[in-house]
Amino acid sequence: MSGPDAAGRKPGVRLMTVELVVAALLVAAGAVVMADSLRVGAGWESDGPQAGYFPFYVGLLLALAGAVNFVLAIRHRWLGSRPFASYTELGHVLHVLVPTTALVVAIAFLGLYVASAVFIAWFMLWHGRFRWTMALPVALGVPVVLFLVFERWFLVPLPKGPLEAALGF
Amino acid sequence: MEEINSLLQGFAVALTLPNIGFMLIGILLGVLIGVLPGLGGANGVAILLPLTFSMPPATAIIMLSCIYWGALFGGAITSILFNIPGEPWSVATTFDGYPLAQKGRAGEALTAAFTSSFVGALFAVLMITFLAPLVAKFALKFGPAEFFAVQFLTFASFIGMTRSPPAKTLAAMMLGFALASVGLDSVTGQLRMTFGTQSLLKGFDFLTAVIGLFGIGEILLTMEEGLHFKGGQSGINARVVLDTWKKLPRYWATSLRSTLIGCWMGITPGGATPASFMSYGIAKRTSRNGENFGKGELEGVVAPETAAHAAGTSALLPMLTLGIPGSPTAAVLLGGLLIWGLQPGPLLFVEQKEFVWGLIASMYLGNVVGLIIVLTTVPWWAAILRIPFSIIAPVIVVICAVGAYTVHNSMFDVAMMVVFGIVGYVFKKLDYPLAPLVLALVLGDMAESSFRQAMLISQGSMAIFWSNPLVGTLMTLGLLMLFWQPVSKLIAAMRG
Repeated sequence: MSGPDAAGRKPGVRLMTVELVVAALLVAAGAVVMADSLRVGAGWESDGPQAGYFPFYVGLLLALAGAVNFVLAIRHRWLGSRPFASYTELGHVLHVLVPTTALVVAIAFLGLYVASAVFIAWFMLWHGRFRWTMALPVALGVPVVLFLVFERWFLVPLPKGPLEAALGF
Repeated sequence: MEEINSLLQGFAVALTLPNIGFMLIGILLGVLIGVLPGLGGANGVAILLPLTFSMPPATAIIMLSCIYWGALFGGAITSILFNIPGEPWSVATTFDGYPLAQKGRAGEALTAAFTSSFVGALFAVLMITFLAPLVAKFALKFGPAEFFAVQFLTFASFIGMTRSPPAKTLAAMMLGFALASVGLDSVTGQLRMTFGTQSLLKGFDFLTAVIGLFGIGEILLTMEEGLHFKGGQSGINARVVLDTWKKLPRYWATSLRSTLIGCWMGITPGGATPASFMSYGIAKRTSRNGENFGKGELEGVVAPETAAHAAGTSALLPMLTLGIPGSPTAAVLLGGLLIWGLQPGPLLFVEQKEFVWGLIASMYLGNVVGLIIVLTTVPWWAAILRIPFSIIAPVIVVICAVGAYTVHNSMFDVAMMVVFGIVGYVFKKLDYPLAPLVLALVLGDMAESSFRQAMLISQGSMAIFWSNPLVGTLMTLGLLMLFWQPVSKLIAAMRG
């Protein structure tokens, strides 16, 4: 999976593939918008345009624009040789994306403060290869600052979990 | 001069101790946002918006607009010292700024960048001061058809003017309109595209979209590139500043041209980014030292910075007078107005005089204070960039999550932020522009309601959009913009 191929390119996802997938998704989204607009009514009522009147044309233009992009991507064959991103690069992206998704799930259960502390510590230790002595102060410091600024200073509540409940917040 | 009087009253509003304090905080936060990757003017202001809910509107907008000025200044620092554009509009600044820094002339480049930004912004604010009241007075006569025509012109110029392929601009824009129409339709009370789910009832909030598209999307892009900061030294002192200031008047023609390009691109929503590129390109073609551009010409820093700041500032003119923002950041500020209970549009100049003129006065003050702050604190910002990305990235992700949550206190928004982040990453790589998506999401409801009202008046006939000279001119201008690319090719072909 690693190392350049015969043509000297790094293995990865081709630009053409992504262009086609995105264009197809846009056409599908346009179709959904049109279908739903027809469901609520895209014509005229006694008191004026129905709820789907405006969105129907939005969906139509979205589907058309997606279709044009699809055709253009096929016609520009040179796209095929260009990479969207190599597997190594996509790996880097997943290094952030997966923990970020985990963070969102964790906020729902642990509250924002605990989840953020774990997230920052984990990211610094695993990705940045920092020592505990460096990671711990940052991981604990950021939630404390957030708490002071949001809950105390500006009175904006953030999601809390079992730990905060045990502490009486 | 009525404007001068109003402006002086505005200074009285802006020059209170708490307002000056928030102005300073705003500028410092803004420069920080401009310097850090993954935080920018638009999503930085979006994240901080909830903190202003309890403030008086004038104080809130002064702080938020100062964040915007700070971000405009901050983008130049990273471009020149590290060859990393902190903001899209400072990409053109790297072309000559970074080579200058490599030659050991970073101080000169930074001084030139900050000073040109200041000049560009100052001219744009002067223009707003005298032009905005006239536009607002004129717009008071607008009916629904005229408002829709202005919105049509806005979106059409996106398609004609951006560097992205027109079909991609249209797709991004329509996606924004489609997302805006999700949820309860306020006119008929019907549910649109909620598919029986509770979470979609409220629809998509553009603040969540801004934070995801620009914040998380940017972090993903930066991670992919495996960013390494390799910075030059930032030697800047009073002597360098004064020496550079002596050189700058030589470039008055470039400054003037760049200011005009910037103001024009800011009012019509071309925005700061294309303005900076266009101005750099024209300066390169017309300058006597054109062939040295890209190797470290001071003029190559002056041109894009002046235009970017002029555009960024004048983007507030249509936001204040018509309720139509000229840039994503102006759109976020517009969202702020609605949250603070102010109705943007021409009536703002009649009903909220104090607010409007306080804001305009704060633009003068904010840019002066901003210039002084950035000139004196550059080494400090450069030091921040030496913090490893594996500390900055998780902290920014957490801040984005906080921002997305506080929009509506809902976890659904935080989840949507991640989805928008992926969309932002893919769209940026495929050259789908993000600004029209955001503006369509913000203006979607407004555009739809003015279209509906116009249709009601005309009983469904499109002829209403050509029913009087004003609306007809706007619509025709819009069509011209829509087909600008083929039209300009035709003009070029006819010239031979």
